[in-house]
Amino acid sequence: MELAEILFLAFASIAVVTAIFTVISRSPVISALFLVINFGALSGLYLLLSAQFLSVVQVIVYAGAIMVLFLFVLMLLRPEKEDKYFVVNRKMKIFAVIVGLFLFGQLAFAIFASDIGQTVSIESSRSEQIGKIAYIGENLYTTYLFPFEAIAFVLLVATIGAIVISKKKLD
Amino acid sequence: MDSTAINNFNSDLAVSLSAFWSYFPIVFLAGVILISIAIEMYSKSSKKILPWFTVTALLACAYYSLLTVTDTGVYFSGMFATGGLTNIFNFIFTFGGAIVVLLSVDYIKKSGIYYGEFYILLQSAVLGMMMIAGAKDMIMIFIGLEQMSITFYVMAGLNRKRASSNEAALKYFLLGAFATGFIVYGIGLMYGTAGTLNIDFVFSNIFAAEKNLPGIIGILLFLVGFSFKIGAVPFHMWVPDVYQGAPTSSTALMATGGKVAAFTALILAFRPVLGTETLAVITPVLAVFALLSMFYGSIVAIAQTDIKRMLAYSSIANAGYMLIGLAAGNDYGIEGVVYYLAAYSFMNLGAFGIVALIESADEKNLLISDYNGLGTKYPVLAALLSLFMFALSGIPPFAGFFGKYYIFIAAIESNLTWLAIAGVIASVISVYFYLRIVVLMYFGKGESQVTPEITNASLIGIVISALLVIVMGVFPGSVINLISNF
Repeated sequence: MELAEILFLAFASIAVVTAIFTVISRSPVISALFLVINFGALSGLYLLLSAQFLSVVQVIVYAGAIMVLFLFVLMLLRPEKEDKYFVVNRKMKIFAVIVGLFLFGQLAFAIFASDIGQTVSIESSRSEQIGKIAYIGENLYTTYLFPFEAIAFVLLVATIGAIVISKKKLD
Repeated sequence: MDSTAINNFNSDLAVSLSAFWSYFPIVFLAGVILISIAIEMYSKSSKKILPWFTVTALLACAYYSLLTVTDTGVYFSGMFATGGLTNIFNFIFTFGGAIVVLLSVDYIKKSGIYYGEFYILLQSAVLGMMMIAGAKDMIMIFIGLEQMSITFYVMAGLNRKRASSNEAALKYFLLGAFATGFIVYGIGLMYGTAGTLNIDFVFSNIFAAEKNLPGIIGILLFLVGFSFKIGAVPFHMWVPDVYQGAPTSSTALMATGGKVAAFTALILAFRPVLGTETLAVITPVLAVFALLSMFYGSIVAIAQTDIKRMLAYSSIANAGYMLIGLAAGNDYGIEGVVYYLAAYSFMNLGAFGIVALIESADEKNLLISDYNGLGTKYPVLAALLSLFMFALSGIPPFAGFFGKYYIFIAAIESNLTWLAIAGVIASVISVYFYLRIVVLMYFGKGESQVTPEITNASLIGIVISALLVIVMGVFPGSVINLISNF
């Protein structure tokens, strides 16, 4: 086995196991901590796919900033005291597991049955270049200029919305 | 990036910038949002200025969109299109948005959401819809959808002191984010197999490679996500609760513009592949969704006692009819759907406008029984509501009839006669709950208990909707001709 394969197996298994624990652990704080590990493993996977920038952003923004904020909120609110909100219908749970496994089976079948290598039209030699910050920056300000400007309004309306919903006195 | 790529980009940008007047409405509306924020910040009487500023701006956009309807082109490296169907959709969004403003001027005062931000949010939602209508790239569909959805989550929860409004916002937000996840996953799978996000390329080449199962699953996930956004069965659970809990003027925008925008995305996606193998894969799915939506919506609406809930189930049924047009998968079907979307918008805007008028300060008078005897006390309101109910149930000569007619014809045209027959049966069932309100208003025993304050702005909005419903019903041919040109 090559080093890349060993690393992939390690990161992938960490990602899957922590994702499962995120869903099944009872305490929200522990769930959030598992999610941090999951993000770390994901950033390793991005690195293996030669998406260096994405990998760094994943660690800095998601694992670093957003999850810390999450943990602070969870620890301040102490949602584990509100157990009554988390009553789970047992039949519902079984049904959800069956549907989830079914969807997983479909996706796995689709990926294994198809000849992905043939259908991907971007040459893998370019993938190394795509992961670089320079490439992302160039494309962001050329091809994706219009979406880049448009997404500013999404952020604007999200800010306005957060203020409208949460501000104490609004008149 | 090498120099040829930069030169290509520069020449494309020069073309895009010189065509500024073709995509002027979307830039204009973006500017209007920023100006509105400034007005809200600095002006003391912003709440009086903003509604009229918004109406003027939206009507200007609507007029301009119709004026430049023949001005087709694709700009910004194939990201954004103008002219044709895009402009027709833009007209529906902006004109509908203007009517919603007219309906809300006095409603937001009495229902305790008298915030200037309401209008800024409304403009943002319309901007998001226009982004979807012009999208030539999946990323634009996604950004437009997010712009619109985030605004709707806030608008649903605008009545912050009321538990029902908060519940609606939270439900809509959680389930909406879930559906967006499906759409993004679908787009991701399609990108993985096609290597580009260009809508026309992705949808017409999904079968170019053999055994492209991930691409097909991507299309199906895309469809599932948008079925949620249009509120089709089996992804309809949120519709009644959100439409009921949200402030009525927000509901009016969600039920019309929001639904039309989601359908716009589906039309944009499936139009390049009309009559090809790709559509054959999704036709059965669309047909089943359509069948379930029509019958579920029509039958469950009969049991409702709350008028907003009834209109919510009616919108589920209507999503079913429109899905028939998509399932038919021919040009008639698309024309029929676009016509029906316009007709449906104005019918529902009028109906929700009257519901908002009748509604009293503390969210009372929303029961169907409250409309008892309205015919003698408020003859004009009762007549207008009857008109919208007749139109929604598909009785000629109103617009609703021709919408359904074109869609059913398209279904028969592509050998889906059974679906057309099912549609007719579902419309006959739906006549019961629409006409029940008319019967109650004119022949109900007892005096009417409601005392609405009929304001000019709302009445103007309702009358304009009614006129459009009548005009579209009397001259359906000219509207269809306009649509079929593109």
